[in-house]
Amino acid sequence: MVTAMVARFGRLTLVLIQEMGRMLLFLLATGTWLLRPPFRPVQLARQVHFIGGKSTFVVVLTAAFTGMVLGLQLQYTLQKVGSEAALGSVVGLSLIRELGPVFAALMVTARAGSAMTAELGLMQITEQVDALETMAISPLQYLIAPRVVASVLGVPLLVAIFDVVGIAGGYLVGVQLLGGNPGSYWGSLHAGVEWKDVWGGLLKAGSFGLIVSWVCCYKGYATRRSAEGLGQATTEAVVLSAVLILVADYFLTSVLL
Amino acid sequence: MITLVGVEKALGGEPILRGVNLTIPTGKLTTLIGRSGEGKSVLLKHLIGLIRPDRGEVWVDGLEISRLQGRRLNQVRERFAMLFQGAALFDSLTVFDNVAFPLREKRHLPEPAVRRRVAEKLEQVGLSGMEHKYPAELSGGMTKRAGLARALVMEPEIILFDEPTTGLDPLMAKTIRELIVAMHRALGFTAVMVSHEIPAIFAISDWVAMLRGGTIGAMAPSADFQRTADPGIREFIAAADPAG
Repeated sequence: MVTAMVARFGRLTLVLIQEMGRMLLFLLATGTWLLRPPFRPVQLARQVHFIGGKSTFVVVLTAAFTGMVLGLQLQYTLQKVGSEAALGSVVGLSLIRELGPVFAALMVTARAGSAMTAELGLMQITEQVDALETMAISPLQYLIAPRVVASVLGVPLLVAIFDVVGIAGGYLVGVQLLGGNPGSYWGSLHAGVEWKDVWGGLLKAGSFGLIVSWVCCYKGYATRRSAEGLGQATTEAVVLSAVLILVADYFLTSVLL
Repeated sequence: MITLVGVEKALGGEPILRGVNLTIPTGKLTTLIGRSGEGKSVLLKHLIGLIRPDRGEVWVDGLEISRLQGRRLNQVRERFAMLFQGAALFDSLTVFDNVAFPLREKRHLPEPAVRRRVAEKLEQVGLSGMEHKYPAELSGGMTKRAGLARALVMEPEIILFDEPTTGLDPLMAKTIRELIVAMHRALGFTAVMVSHEIPAIFAISDWVAMLRGGTIGAMAPSADFQRTADPGIREFIAAADPAG
């Protein structure tokens, strides 16, 4: 029984390593197409609109309530220790350094990432990807590269929107509803947040954008040709993207701090 | 001329092709028949390099393509077109944009020339007036005809047809077959077709090959194929055409 368990563990480990290898090769192959013509600006713009533009509403909604709950929690907590004047900088730094990039990327994963997986998976099942190859067009160049670039460009823009809306949400609750000092809020925000915090947050956002598009595109592209396979691929894409975002967040934070 | 030499292929650990030797004559319409699950579509995809053999060779006019990659493989593929079983139209594009797609991507023609070529092909397949429709709005027959127009628009030397009439009613299947034959006669391309439509395919094919047990069981001109003495082939034909 122990032997069987060890053998099973070994098989699963090998499957996992093979999958990681295939994913890495997929990313490298896509990377080689990024700098080769023809460049398709219309395709890129379409994907920026799909990934970025169409995710704006859900990002704004998430940002508003994240900022509001931060304002609520922190105003009470900081009052207990007599530091309510620091509300602005704590809300700002929390959003800009951590919550903005992570939450925005998770929202993009749920909305656009799952849709990318489903769309590419369906194209595989209906042989549209094969059709591109028969026309001597690389599916990696035509389908995947624009999505990756759009995600790397779009997620930082969404994070910027998230940060602004979240800070406003924190102000609304912490100051307007709970009676905090508006001068202290904006003053501590201005004093506490530095440009390196902003660039660090945007760097994380770009990295998370790469993770989302890489994982979700790979899962769709490599899907088994069945409805069940497509459903499984979509679920795996969202879960794996979310986990990798959180893992990457830790390592990026340890480097940036 | 396309030649397969000793092609072997296993999928999911299961041997499908077990040493296929096949020569496709240039300029002729060759139909590949066989029982379901024999690997006819798998064999067809080897001809254009969508699937690579585990062993064996695929020759296209003196060039072995099974190990080619990148630009060299694309150069070979530019001589081909393929009509997939479900037509494989791009969902997000209209019929017009689907048919224009290879012209815009590969030939970079000016837009008036693209419009002329697309209109001509859509008229040939009887889809004039359908340019603005999306694939989801088309019937099965319309979808196949749009796929055929897209395959023809680049005027390829070789066209592969993967069960072009499967899923269609008998009248529409007849329309598609007649369209393929008319285009083949007019344009003279080499055609390789996978089909279950017995006995209809005997009337339209120059050559018929049967895939059996992972190899080519028989290949002959269409009229000779029907007169074969091979009991396995006669049984297959009789089962597909009880009136024959």
